[in-house]
Amino acid sequence: MSIVTVQLGQCGNQVGQELFEVISNDANDTQRKVYSECSSERFFNETANRELVARSVLIDMEPKVISQSIAKTAKSGKWRYGDRSHFSQKQGSGNNWANGYCVHGPRHEEVVMDIVRREVEHCDCLAGIMAMMSVAGGTGSGVGTYVTQCLRDAYPNSFILNHLTWPYGTGEVIVQNYNSVLTLSHLYQLSDAILVHENDTVHKICAQLMNIKHISFRDVNKVIAHQLGSVLQPALTGDSHGVYNRNPIGELMSSLVCHPEYKLLSVCNIPQVSSSSMAYSMFTWPGLLKHLRQMLIANSKMEEGIDWQVRAPSLQPEGIERTRSHRRPGFNTSLANLLILRGKDVNNAEISGFQHPSLYTPWLPADEAFSMWKTPVPFNKYEKSAILVSNSQTLLRPLDNMVGKAWNMFASRAYIHQYTKFGISEEDFLDSFTSLEQVISSYSQL
Amino acid sequence: MTQSVVVQVGQCGNQVGCRFWDLALREHSHVNKKGIYDEALSSFFRNVDSRRSVGGSCDITGGRIQSLKARAVLVDMEEGVVNEILQGPLRELFDSTQLITDVSGSGNNWAVGHWTYGSAYREQIVDQLRRAAEHCDCLQCFFLIHSMGGGTGSGLGTCVLKLLEEEFPEVCRIVTSVYPSAEDDVVTSPYNSVLAMRELTEHADCVLPVENQSLVDIVNKIKHMSHSGKPGSVIKKDSAIISGQGGVSGAEKPFDAMNNIVANLLLNITSSARFEGSLNMDLNEIAMNLVPFPRLHYLVPSLTPLYTLADVNIPTRRLDQMFTDAFSKDHQLIRADPKHSLYLACALMVRGNVQVSDLRRNIERLKPMLPFVSWNQEGWKTGLCSVPPVGHSHSLLALANNTCVKLTFMELRDRFTKLYRKKAHMHHYLHVEGMEQGCFTEAISSLSSLIEEYSQLDATKDRLMPDAARLNIAT
Repeated sequence: MSIVTVQLGQCGNQVGQELFEVISNDANDTQRKVYSECSSERFFNETANRELVARSVLIDMEPKVISQSIAKTAKSGKWRYGDRSHFSQKQGSGNNWANGYCVHGPRHEEVVMDIVRREVEHCDCLAGIMAMMSVAGGTGSGVGTYVTQCLRDAYPNSFILNHLTWPYGTGEVIVQNYNSVLTLSHLYQLSDAILVHENDTVHKICAQLMNIKHISFRDVNKVIAHQLGSVLQPALTGDSHGVYNRNPIGELMSSLVCHPEYKLLSVCNIPQVSSSSMAYSMFTWPGLLKHLRQMLIANSKMEEGIDWQVRAPSLQPEGIERTRSHRRPGFNTSLANLLILRGKDVNNAEISGFQHPSLYTPWLPADEAFSMWKTPVPFNKYEKSAILVSNSQTLLRPLDNMVGKAWNMFASRAYIHQYTKFGISEEDFLDSFTSLEQVISSYSQL
Repeated sequence: MTQSVVVQVGQCGNQVGCRFWDLALREHSHVNKKGIYDEALSSFFRNVDSRRSVGGSCDITGGRIQSLKARAVLVDMEEGVVNEILQGPLRELFDSTQLITDVSGSGNNWAVGHWTYGSAYREQIVDQLRRAAEHCDCLQCFFLIHSMGGGTGSGLGTCVLKLLEEEFPEVCRIVTSVYPSAEDDVVTSPYNSVLAMRELTEHADCVLPVENQSLVDIVNKIKHMSHSGKPGSVIKKDSAIISGQGGVSGAEKPFDAMNNIVANLLLNITSSARFEGSLNMDLNEIAMNLVPFPRLHYLVPSLTPLYTLADVNIPTRRLDQMFTDAFSKDHQLIRADPKHSLYLACALMVRGNVQVSDLRRNIERLKPMLPFVSWNQEGWKTGLCSVPPVGHSHSLLALANNTCVKLTFMELRDRFTKLYRKKAHMHHYLHVEGMEQGCFTEAISSLSSLIEEYSQLDATKDRLMPDAARLNIAT
């Protein structure tokens, strides 16, 4: 089964290209034929001349990024984008969500959906659609939201996963908090699951773990692609009987998104080291899993700087409701977790630490909250990697900060005229704020 | 890539405009060694096969440069300046149809420029604007250059601004306005300026105010520094900042140095639209990010480096020094000190070999010293263009939406009131058809309410504003 990716805006297109790069390298690296074939089928279409064409649609409102991507991949010779799988315009969206959503989206709806339909028809069997975008700008966020709406209407029975990149907290675009709030509130209704990467977090990984001196956006994008690729590459689920899972997005959703109020997913992937230190590093499953578990409960995104003081709360005897006061400060409660193990001796890994009910919210039984996939095939040159996709309170603080800043700005009505002139009213803003406060409240009470 | 059209009105507007075209050509020829008509050039120039008949000269896309025509409309109600252009080395850049002139000028009277010539030439102007727009694949922005103190630039210029809004509502309007000094020799300049201000507040998307006095101060400082150099040292004169040397026109005239600074401002603001970079900042993003309330769209420009390459003893400023300079009083193009007023938003457009990490480091360093409004504590918009200006390794343009413009406006209002109280010279204006007493009162009240809006924001400056109470969700 195949996944169709829709890359939207500058960020979506740049990250998307790195993702296909990682996947194609990973699939070519391995000796395992079944894994390779499954991965190829999932992400690429093989043409008559044995060329690999990415199952991807590239959308942007200005031409520079897409033309660079297409040229770069064509030159590499390993894989390429489809000749007619892209759409761009001359003038961008000016960092304005309303311009993207109300003007560009509807204007180009037909052409865009045509390209998507063609890509979907190339698939023997569609596993789902993944839309990749950022939330800070105008195209990825605004046009991306509109396109997600169109996808939902056109493919009501397919799974739609949105991959979002959140901007640096200190700001890249002044109105990024407005754009983010509008995007998230709409996507919450349209999307099946929202997988988030934050630029701040990935930047720290680049600086502290990978020791990159002058970090560029390319470095950041490579880390995001590595993490995303490690989730989507083939793996064996519990009941798949030795055959690679055919429906990765569907299974991701059924494991992690059991309630429509809780759709925000984050990813942790260890180990992450610079390529120069990889040759000297030795990892064991117990070591990796211990770190990963503590990263989960102490809300740390990296294996450095983990707060080992945070402990899971002790369980209350049956019948007594776990109230807020029993929760430890700094402890990250999960709704559901998916652990993916890739590499050598994967069957010996001891994962019971992730199944303990104290990690989870009480209204879901722990054995339903935890799932695991694994494969003996190592991913992207790491002999062993452990990936945790988590539906937990991890994103609560960044989300709360984002909404707080946007609300402060909205209270003085700053920049609102830029949005109202394209058709987004103050009412629309209030609706968006309300939905996100609801999400924040739900996650706070896990 | 998008295109922009420059509309230069009046004597000042046309003189600054010419410096702009001269420097733009120099910049592009520095970068574009092969003489190919590329996307960067097309943002301001058309490539035309001039062998064909004038009426049917058509655009050639791609390929070698044949004959470049500026995407511009030149308007002046007296012929002197435009004729000079037509006889000068830039004459090839302009088609005769792009020029709209008259003979007698506006007599430093806003009403004559705005109402008399405005209605007489309305059709012709709209025609030329439409032609220029049609030659563009994707027109993004109109740049209007004019002065505020005279009659044509001020009066007819603001009439053109209104036309641009009517005919091309979706195209961004960025206006570069040269404000008169207090010692201006035009007696009625306060009237002209205030009457023009109202139009700018209502119809422009962004205004870049520039004060003549600041330009004079800067030019004097540079001259002073280069003349006090140690003997035997080499003075670099090819800096594009004040010197037009190396450009097409040779000898320098009195206002040339000042006009060059303003021309550089325009070059830098459009650099990201013309050349590539790792963090592009499009022109429509400038208005989006820097204008939080529609009328507060006056952006104080400051340019660095100004002195560096014209100097002898002062060593090359380090990158960080460049950032610090951009916020110092001496580098602002109006007489103001933004550090002591409130920032609503700030854009930094960097050119040259500067990395994201340098940018972030400097922002972190400068933030504590600059007061930002409470709801926009991280109000920075940044752009990185990889091509530096000619003769420099890097440069920085800062555009600040800052309440310090209030002081400039208050001074203007004072000068206006001094004349208005005595009704001095008003009959010259009221005689003009279309002009009434109401125009004056409306203009001054528009200016006053603008000042009031800035004052209200200022009042929040030293107060600790609490965060707005969040919505309460029933659980």
